[in-house]
Amino acid sequence: MSILIDEHTTFIVQGITGREAVNLTRECLDYGKGAKIVGGVTPGRLGRDVHGVPVFDTVAQAVEHHGAPIDGSVVTVPPAFTKDAVFEALENGIRLVVIVTERIPRRDVAEMVELASERGARIIGPNCLGIIVPDVIKMGGIGGPAKDAAKSYTPGPVGVISRSGGMTTEISSTLTAAGLGQSTAVSAGGDAIIGSTYAELMPLFEADSQTEAIVIYTEPGGRMEADLARWVTANDSRLPIVAFMAGRFMDEMPGMSFGHAGTIVEGKADTASEKIERLAEAGITVAEEIAAIPEMIRAKLGARV
Amino acid sequence: MSAALFIDVEVDDSIAGDRELAAKLEEVCPVDIFRAGAHGLEIVSENLDECVLCRLCLDASPPGTIRIVKLYDDGAVLGAPR
Amino acid sequence: MRFFEYESRAIVAKAGIPVGKHGFARTPARAREIAAEIAAPVVIKSQVLSGGRMKAGGVQFADTPDEAATHAERVLALEIGGHMPRGVLVDSRAAVQHEYYAGVVWDGIRKLPVLLFSDMGGIDIEEVAERHPEHVVSAHFSTLRPFADWQAKQLISSLGITGQALTRLTPIVARLARLFLQYDMTLAEINPLGELADGSFLALDAHMDVENEARPRQRALLAELGVGEQETRQAREPTAFELAGEEVDAQDHRGVAGNVTEFDGNLGLVIGAGGGSLTLFDAVRSCGGQPANYCEIGGNPSVAKACGLAKLVLTKPGVDKIAVMMSIVSNTRVDIVARGVIKACVELGYDPAEKIAIFRIPGAWEEEGFKILARYGVDYADRSVSLHEAARRAVERIGPQSAPVDGPQHDARERV
Ligand code: SF4
Repeated sequence: MSILIDEHTTFIVQGITGREAVNLTRECLDYGKGAKIVGGVTPGRLGRDVHGVPVFDTVAQAVEHHGAPIDGSVVTVPPAFTKDAVFEALENGIRLVVIVTERIPRRDVAEMVELASERGARIIGPNCLGIIVPDVIKMGGIGGPAKDAAKSYTPGPVGVISRSGGMTTEISSTLTAAGLGQSTAVSAGGDAIIGSTYAELMPLFEADSQTEAIVIYTEPGGRMEADLARWVTANDSRLPIVAFMAGRFMDEMPGMSFGHAGTIVEGKADTASEKIERLAEAGITVAEEIAAIPEMIRAKLGARV
Repeated sequence: MSAALFIDVEVDDSIAGDRELAAKLEEVCPVDIFRAGAHGLEIVSENLDECVLCRLCLDASPPGTIRIVKLYDDGAVLGAPR
Repeated sequence: MRFFEYESRAIVAKAGIPVGKHGFARTPARAREIAAEIAAPVVIKSQVLSGGRMKAGGVQFADTPDEAATHAERVLALEIGGHMPRGVLVDSRAAVQHEYYAGVVWDGIRKLPVLLFSDMGGIDIEEVAERHPEHVVSAHFSTLRPFADWQAKQLISSLGITGQALTRLTPIVARLARLFLQYDMTLAEINPLGELADGSFLALDAHMDVENEARPRQRALLAELGVGEQETRQAREPTAFELAGEEVDAQDHRGVAGNVTEFDGNLGLVIGAGGGSLTLFDAVRSCGGQPANYCEIGGNPSVAKACGLAKLVLTKPGVDKIAVMMSIVSNTRVDIVARGVIKACVELGYDPAEKIAIFRIPGAWEEEGFKILARYGVDYADRSVSLHEAARRAVERIGPQSAPVDGPQHDARERV
């Protein structure tokens, strides 16, 4: 199985006529069993099509054309319009929104997340590349063109959650090369506020029978790792976790932002060293380099049998 | 200074003066390698190395009239009939 | 982006929160004028973004306008934490009976703004929270619904505050919560929030931070405060090298060559993207390498942009070689980056095979990219070589930092 999406998931692409969105649409249609992209939305472009996907002015039109509720949306509109697009998706019954856009002000992100939780919906991102279930479906630009994604991702027992889109692929490719496939890989987003944190995705992996271990990619900034550590301890998780922490050099450079918008050391809790400590306390192994991850996963999987 | 290192574009004499085609190529190439000049098709040499090998110019012109040459690959030609 | 105290004061006042008589001065003469207008003892405060100004002597008390001018002259010339002050705040001195704290920040876990209030103001709130947790209360609030006065009242009263203090504090704290959202702040705090002998309240000092991502829509506020569009107010002023990096990024709109940050090592880095750069920079340092810079390329940059960035790094004094490394790319193209960095070497008169310590970018268009690299004899690696392994190879190849004169740079130039 997988989390969040499977081969039956239907979704739309909001902002589908943008250059990156056109590519993303092609990639998703080509990957695995072929994504069920049931429409695209760009205001004023009703009647066009992008790689055979019909374009609508509104989400409501897309839902009506599909004739049934639509599961998800990939949002790739400019930052100033993202909140409106996400609200439109949520108010039209969409329950999984992947926000690709970066540089969205935090207030907008908080509003989107708050409305999503009121509607019982989930947001992935912003500033993310989406979700991939190896050989089945991808929702977003994750892994790139279908043939490149196929090189990096293979089906298997490891769930991947990452604050960096590119590193989701780097880590998965390393696992793949070592013969360890992935159940689902989620590029969760690099902003200070994101729709779904590690601790919020863990219960889904926990409930997924295919998943037997988790790899997370983390960075300085924020409290998401401490929150994960707390969750793991409180819920006595069955899933062993290996973490990789990038940006250790940033501990020496407080107040400077590197990598992603959310990656900044503002207080002691933001530092890499503090986070590594929190994770270790919860029994989460922290790898010194990516290449060491597969062995650690194997050791953990072996230890449990 | 900016002589192309990686890509050369060869244009057949038969289309060099075709203004209409020149305008089309200017429109189609994402990295502005073609320009519709006063005397027809011009090549913007400082942009040659930006060529993304997308073949859009080949699709837009009569077969065999444009050749994208990869200087780094022993002069291999993009779009040459196999 | 951090606001200066005098700007924060203006924001607070604009929101209808009472502040004492004050003025901003860039000259001693203006400081004298303001002190005369206030017509009471004043305090002269250096306007710098770095902390510790009290200790550094950036806060001085003056009883007369002349004294204010004298102090202002001294404070204006005083460097604090590597920064010269932008001016001085000439502030009235209030007879404070009690100091409170009110602040708003984002909570990334609950994904809501959180309002903090304490009856122990005047000191760092984190310290109060640690030592006297019973004196700090907090409440999250919605971003979808307008902030209501009762929310502030309920929070303040939970500390046992009642009577006139409660009714006077309530609108002040509510206004702070509203301005936090209205102006896209990442931090808005009044500390101390002083209670005077007559029972009135004044915001004595305020700290405000506006989110960079929101600057486009806060243009009106920034213009009103006179904040220039170019003012970034980073924790550290950008160096000439870093500014040149911004220029490279701005030369065309395709892709990103961003966040160029200067270090003083001998190994130039052309690395990407966000997470990859963080990982690679750590990797270079963990195997004993000395990076000359940090940067983030990505988003499918043009050949010209990759070339511009590589040239910038290659010509940085002390750089012997560059390492070109990224995590697996899906949008950025391997061949385009390869062309860019090789072109940079060739145009500077260097041999790419010598100058590029390693090229490790696997992913989109790698076959084409590897052909180019092979043609120029550049040492390259595919995804079977890990990021750390690539960094190790680069560090081994460059060896320890070499003497700056008559180094390999010089030889390479002469060969052409
Ligand atoms: S292949 Fe594409 S980029 Fe290259 S010249 Fe033709 S149209 Fe331009």
